[in-house]
Amino acid sequence: MKASLFITCIADLMYADVGKSVVNVLRRSGVQLDFPEGQTCCGQPAFSSGYYKETAVVAKKIIEVFEKSERVVMPSGSCAAMIHHGYPILFKDDPVWAKKADDFVHKCYEFSQFIVDVLGITDVGATFKKKVTYHSSCHMSRILGVEEQPKILLKNVKGIEFIELPFAFDCCGFGGTFSMKMSGISEAIVEEKVDNIIETGADVLAGSDLTCLMNISGRLSRRGSRIKVMHLAQVLDQGV
Amino acid sequence: MHIEPSFHKRYKKALNDKTMLKAVKLGTGRLRGNRTKAIEAVGVEKWLEFRDRAEAIRMHVVQHLDQYLEQMVDSVLKRGGHVCLAKTGEEAVQYIADLAKKKNAKNIVKSKSMVTEEIHLNPALEQQGCKVIESDLGEWIIQLAGETPSHIIVPAMHKNRFQVADLFNEVSKDKIPAEVQALCGFARAHLREQFLKIDMGITGCNFALADSGAFTLCTNEGNARIVSALSPTLVTVMGMERILPGVEELAVMLSLLARSATGQKLTVYNTLSTGVRSEDEYDGPQEFHLVIVDNGRSKLLGSKYEKVLNCIRCGACLNACPVFRNIGGHAYGWVYPGPIGAVLSPLYQGMDKYGELAYATTLCGACASTCPVKIPLHDMLYALRNDKVELEHKGELAEDIAYKGWSATFASASRYRFSVRMARRFQFPLVSAGKIAYGPPPISNWLKARDMPALPDKFFHEIWPDMKDGKE
Repeated sequence: MKASLFITCIADLMYADVGKSVVNVLRRSGVQLDFPEGQTCCGQPAFSSGYYKETAVVAKKIIEVFEKSERVVMPSGSCAAMIHHGYPILFKDDPVWAKKADDFVHKCYEFSQFIVDVLGITDVGATFKKKVTYHSSCHMSRILGVEEQPKILLKNVKGIEFIELPFAFDCCGFGGTFSMKMSGISEAIVEEKVDNIIETGADVLAGSDLTCLMNISGRLSRRGSRIKVMHLAQVLDQGV
Repeated sequence: MHIEPSFHKRYKKALNDKTMLKAVKLGTGRLRGNRTKAIEAVGVEKWLEFRDRAEAIRMHVVQHLDQYLEQMVDSVLKRGGHVCLAKTGEEAVQYIADLAKKKNAKNIVKSKSMVTEEIHLNPALEQQGCKVIESDLGEWIIQLAGETPSHIIVPAMHKNRFQVADLFNEVSKDKIPAEVQALCGFARAHLREQFLKIDMGITGCNFALADSGAFTLCTNEGNARIVSALSPTLVTVMGMERILPGVEELAVMLSLLARSATGQKLTVYNTLSTGVRSEDEYDGPQEFHLVIVDNGRSKLLGSKYEKVLNCIRCGACLNACPVFRNIGGHAYGWVYPGPIGAVLSPLYQGMDKYGELAYATTLCGACASTCPVKIPLHDMLYALRNDKVELEHKGELAEDIAYKGWSATFASASRYRFSVRMARRFQFPLVSAGKIAYGPPPISNWLKARDMPALPDKFFHEIWPDMKDGKE
C-alpha cells in the first residue's frame, strides 16, 4: 500500500529518531512510503492561539503538498486532530478550500490508527522486554477518537509487560503556549501526570504525541527519574 | 470581598494555598469518580444516547426561548404569581429589594442560587437592613467566611472541616468539634431556627416548566423545599434560559443532572412547586414572584456561542478540568469557575475583564466530552481566542508579530528549512549537554520545572534522502 509521510514539525525538528522508527515500522508493515518535500507544520500552534488567518495560509500549503497523496500518515495524534477538526473550522466560509480540506481530512491518519484501521495489522512483530505504560493524549483520544489502537499494538509486542496508567486520559498540562504562559499551572498538572507514571513502576512511558512526551519527559528528567519516554513507533521498532 | 483584577496574580496565589488545593483535589476527585461509576452503571452507550436527547431538548428550548418564556410567564400569572422580566442584574436586584421593603421583610432565608450570586443580591438586601441567611450548608459556610462560591454545586469545596469548625464556632455558644456529624448537626439546628422566623424566602431554580409554570429545586439537604414551603412571600430567581417544555423533558434532565454532578441516580430532594398555595393546600407561599434574569444571556441567542445556554449547572466540567483541579474556583474571578466560567465570564462580563480566562486551559477537551448537554466548550475556548485576535484586534503584540512571521516562514518549505537551520546554528549559547539550559522568556518559564531537548544535529528532512530508497 502506498502512503505519504507527514512527519510533522515537532518530529522533524526535535525527534528525528522517531521519524526513523515510523519509517521502519511502516515499511515492515508493507507500506511504500514517500515524503513530499514541501511539508512544514499542520498549523496547530497558531490555530490554538486564535490566529486563524495565519493558520489558513500554512494549512492551504499543507493541503497542496499532499494533493496527490492517496493516504497521509503522521506520528502525532494532535496534528491529525488539528487536520480533522481544525481545518473544517478554518475553511467553513470558503467553499473551494472547504472541499479541498474535506478531501484532505479523509485521507489523513494518525500512525497507530493507520496501522490498525487501514492496514488491519495488530502485531507488527516487535519484541521489547520492558514494563511499559501509555499516556493517552487528549486530542488524539477526545478529538480524533483514537483510543484503543496504540494500546492494541503495544500489548501485542512480544515480551512487553503492559501496565495501565492511572488517569491515563488526564491531560499532561502541555497545552501549547499554555505551558509557558501559565507555566505554574502547567507544572502542577504535569507533576500529577509524572506522579502517576512513577507509581506504575514502568521502565518506559510510551505515547503518540511528541509535544505531550516532551512535556512529560522534561519533567521526569528534571526530577531525575530513569523512566524512558518513547514514541509508540520507537517501541514498535524494537527487537526486529 | 476584594477580587484581585489580574488572573495571573489570582492563580499564583491559588497555587500557593496548599490547604485549599488539597480540599479541591479531594472534592473533585470524589465527584468525578462517582460520575464515572454512575455512567458505567447506566452503560456508556445508553449514557451517550441520554446526552443526545438532553442536548436536543436544551437546543430546542434555547432556539425557541421567546415562545417558552411567554408560555412560562402566562402559566405563572394564571396561577396567581407575579413575574419580573429583568434585563439586567440591577433590575432584578431592585425588584427584589423593593419587594422586601414593601413586605417589611426582616428575615430572608435563601436556598442555593448561582444567579443570585451573579447579580450580587445579598449585599443589596443587607444594605437596606434585611438579615439574609443562606440555608444551603455550603453557601452558609462561605457566607460566614465572607466569600463567594468556589464551585457551582459544592460552593465550599475549598474548605476543610477544621476551617468550617472555626467558622461555626464564631456563631455557636458551645464549642463544635471538627467532626462532620457534629458540624452538620449544629448547622441543622441553627438553620431550623432561621426557617421558623422566615418573612421572605428566595430560591434559585434548576428548571422551570413552561407548560405548568412550575419550577424545580434539586437539593441533597431539603433546605430549598423548606424555604419554598414556609415562606409567606416567595421569590424564585432564574436565568432566562433555565426552561424546559414540561415534565417529560424534566425526567431526562434530572437523571443527567444528578449523575453528572455527584454520581447520584437522583438528587435527594426534587421539589416541583407551582408557587402560590391554592385554597385546598395547607402550605406554600401566599405570594409568589418569579424573577427571570437576562443579564447578558439574550445577546448570545443566535450567536456562535448560543449553545453555552444549554448549561444545566451540573459542575461536571469543573471536576474534569485539570486547570480547575489545580487552582480551585476563586482564581477564575467571577461567579462561574472552571471551563464553563472561562467561556461565560468573558461573554457576560466582557473580554477586557475576563479575556485571560480563555487562555486558562490546556485545551484538553475534557470539559466538552464530560458535558451532559454537549456544549462544545473546547471549541468555544478556541473561538474566544480567535475573537480576541481577529474581531477585537487585541492580540498581544509579541504574538501578532510571531505568528505573522511563523505564517510567512512555514508556508514555504525552503524558508522553513532555512530558518530552522539558522536556529540550530545559533542555539549553542543556550545548550548544555544536549539540553537547552537557558533561554529568554517564554522558554525560561518552561525551564523552571522542565528540561527541553536541544535541536539535534540532523533534522528528519535531512535524514530522509538517505532513507528514501528503502535504506534504514
